[in-house]
Amino acid sequence: MSLARTRKTPLVAVGQRSFDLLSLSVAFVLAVNAAHLPWWLSLALAFTLGWRWWQRRQRSGRVPAWIKLPLLALLTLAVVVQYGNLFGRAPGTALAIGLLTLKLLETETRRDVRVGAGFACFTLMTALLFDQGLVSTVVVALGLLPTLATLRALEPAQPSTGMRRALLPELTLLAAALPLALLAFLLVPRLSAPLWGAPARDQARTGLSDRMSPGAFTELLIDDSPAMRITFDGSPPPPDQRYFRAFVMARYDGVSWSYRDAPGAPPVALDVTHAVDYQIRLLPTHRRVLPTLDVPMAAPPDAAMRRDRVVIAARPVDGALTYALRSATEYRLEPRLDADRRRWLQLPTGFNPRTLALGQAWRQHYGNDDAAIVRAGLALFHDGGFRYTLAPAPLGRDAMDDFLFDTREGFCEHYSSAFTVLMRAAGIPARVVTGYQGGYWNKLGNYLLVRNSDAHAWSEVWLAGRGWVRVDPTAAVRPERVSLGAAAAAGDQLGWYRSDWLQGFRNRWDVVNRWWDQGVVAFDALRQRALLTPFGIRDTDTTTLGLLLAIGSTLFIALGLAWALRRRQPREPLRNAWRELEHKLARRHIVRRVGEGPQHYLSRAARALPTQREELVELMKQYLDLRYAHDEPTPESVHAFRRAVRDFRVVNVVK
Amino acid sequence: MHDLLQRLQRRAEQRLPALTRYRRPESLPIELHRRRIYILPTGFGLGFSVLLLVMLVGALNYSNNAALLLTCLLGAASAASMLVAFRSLDGLRLDHVRAGHAIAGEAMELVLAFHSRRPRSAIRLDLADGTAAFALDGREAIEVKLHLPTHRRGWQPLPRLRLWSTWPLGLFRAWSWLHPDQAVLVWPRPEAAGPAPQAMVDDARHMRLHRGEELAALRDYRAGDPQRHIAWKASARHDDLLVKDFEQPRSQPQWRLDWRRLHGMDDEARIARLARWLNEAQSQRCSYSLWLPGNDIGSGSGPLHYARCMDALAGLP
Repeated sequence: MSLARTRKTPLVAVGQRSFDLLSLSVAFVLAVNAAHLPWWLSLALAFTLGWRWWQRRQRSGRVPAWIKLPLLALLTLAVVVQYGNLFGRAPGTALAIGLLTLKLLETETRRDVRVGAGFACFTLMTALLFDQGLVSTVVVALGLLPTLATLRALEPAQPSTGMRRALLPELTLLAAALPLALLAFLLVPRLSAPLWGAPARDQARTGLSDRMSPGAFTELLIDDSPAMRITFDGSPPPPDQRYFRAFVMARYDGVSWSYRDAPGAPPVALDVTHAVDYQIRLLPTHRRVLPTLDVPMAAPPDAAMRRDRVVIAARPVDGALTYALRSATEYRLEPRLDADRRRWLQLPTGFNPRTLALGQAWRQHYGNDDAAIVRAGLALFHDGGFRYTLAPAPLGRDAMDDFLFDTREGFCEHYSSAFTVLMRAAGIPARVVTGYQGGYWNKLGNYLLVRNSDAHAWSEVWLAGRGWVRVDPTAAVRPERVSLGAAAAAGDQLGWYRSDWLQGFRNRWDVVNRWWDQGVVAFDALRQRALLTPFGIRDTDTTTLGLLLAIGSTLFIALGLAWALRRRQPREPLRNAWRELEHKLARRHIVRRVGEGPQHYLSRAARALPTQREELVELMKQYLDLRYAHDEPTPESVHAFRRAVRDFRVVNVVK
Repeated sequence: MHDLLQRLQRRAEQRLPALTRYRRPESLPIELHRRRIYILPTGFGLGFSVLLLVMLVGALNYSNNAALLLTCLLGAASAASMLVAFRSLDGLRLDHVRAGHAIAGEAMELVLAFHSRRPRSAIRLDLADGTAAFALDGREAIEVKLHLPTHRRGWQPLPRLRLWSTWPLGLFRAWSWLHPDQAVLVWPRPEAAGPAPQAMVDDARHMRLHRGEELAALRDYRAGDPQRHIAWKASARHDDLLVKDFEQPRSQPQWRLDWRRLHGMDDEARIARLARWLNEAQSQRCSYSLWLPGNDIGSGSGPLHYARCMDALAGLP
């Protein structure tokens, strides 16, 4: 085979069309990856791309090495400065995208363009490592269009089309490939454990931290990406009871509250009056804490219940996690507080003297009536001229003093922190609890959507005979925060894109995200093994999956081949009728020889079948007339010939 | 390396007749069908599959299902492109091959007429070291021009042609062999220099009239005669139009080229000399005749006459 013959292809510059499409692909890669690249890098790369495109329009040719090499060094340096090293997911992606852009500088030949297009496919995929949402997946998949069109534009001799029409065949190709892709997606065996190191931890930007200092939530409160989705067995609890606990914080050092993990200690006692069953689908937080509705009664598998009924997972939640729980919503938590009492009264010495004085004054005024002191605290927030804002004034060293007596503005962190300090000063055991509160009940999907912006902090006070009681001082200032949610409480501080109708639309649209999350993102090894459960196979192992994949692919290949091999025969009724006649005669062993004309053939047939001589001669005359007398025989005469052929019966000759 | 590969190829063709089934000369028209179209991934296709593999392992390792879906989509699209590559050749028909004229050692222009019922793009045809790319619009036949190198005069069978395409993405190469059972006639190469033809026929006979402007006679008008040749005055005295008939110019000498007069030379040298004389006669617009063994071509001139004489020379045993 002459395929082995290597043909030296001369270095021919590719056409403008291929280069334009490749530039478009790279621009697409930059756009989908811009969300997680540093903005200055995106900008610099976009500028490089634009410059190169403009430069090649003026004059084709490679960019000289004295420009390329410094740029390459600059890129490497930039990545190292930004991320600290070159390896890992984020720096690796940034480097790959930078290299792709620089590759354009030396792209002149077909080979360069092909390398660039292949690399563009890869860098498109890296965008999905950071965001697997439905929208981003679809956008990234659309990014394949210019890339594939680039490869197509490399082929010589094709009808010229407009730029927009150039993407159409690729769309058809992708649409045709979709069924096979879905089959492969379903059946490609998933790994139960990663082959190499689990993905490097993202910076803990999202999710709740185990420390809380007033003002630290701000970033979280404006992040309205979904944090978790909850389905309830039965009706959901009313909005003012949708408190999802994450951390219980005991220690206050004057600046921040912190949770200290104490493995080994048994969970505190819990008397349950009413409980709720539910499942939580928690999106990746890269932390180990699992938020639970109110007070959980037991920990899910692979997680442990700590002393204060905080649920800590065995591993950080790096992928979306689903867990089912049963929680008490009416309860007495830790009815007896013995040795621990001191822990919940701890206050740093030398901080917030005025706050401490106020607490002690309340204690003297109300005597032993703890509940009255709690009411006094709430009344202070309600009537003391406090304002809810996401952008409060900064606080000084005695943060609680400044807040309570000076600035009087803040959000949940400030209120819960100040309230807890006040209660402790008055001698009531108190603590700060962080977690989520509220959420959007999606009627369409029957689930509760909790966003990161629903993060919340509140207080718990211990009252004799009632155990720990939840007190939400923020609700005293801004009741909408609890009844309507974070967005309502923030009012118009969040900008136009959080306006009501848009937020409502986003909440409703989330049902699609949830469907995507459940159907695609959460389709892991476990779900895959249960794939055939409806067909009675409990555990689908890798061999079966491989077999199914092979069978399914073969089916699709057969379908594809049927399409590829299909030939549209032109409609030729005369020829078809002739063939039918040939078949009929062939059954009597009168086969037309190669190169034998119709006249000779039918004469021979007439001699072989003397009983039907007249019929055959008539057919022959008709056929010759139709075939050779006219350019285009009339449909009626062709029809008559067909009928004659159909009526022709080969009679057995009696020998 | 190259020789080794060719040897292996020949060996494989002997061992596996299926590979060579459609490489024997066939009569035209040749229509491509599934039994004679071969497909293999290109080098880029192999590289691309490695890339897909990397993407697959990456997506599986990070258990990132969106990335896996993207990889599957890209893989399925690549696989589908194989079928498209096949379809770009399937059903293509080579109707006829027309050859130009060339003297030995020069490239001969071949015109291959292809026909297809549906549009096709980026089909390439390899002949010797040349490649031509063409597209068909599905309605009209297309003529592809290629150059065939020639070495010696005489009938030269058409070599095997490779028709191939990497449409649409360049990942797969579909190819098929065409070996039309047709030969082209290569004209002899004229000698570089030599004596002029000695035997001219006496010219006087042909110099009877000159310039062709002398009026010879008047004759009846025939359709197509130029108007300015009509003899209006003479016509006025007759019922029909009369036309002035001019004598054709016969200013050029006539050459009589004869094989028999070239004594003491071998056949090829004689042919080369005659070819040179033919060229000279043609460039001087002489009228000439040619005598060859078994072929006597009468006097004449013009490109057709020249081609006839050269064909006769080329066809000599």
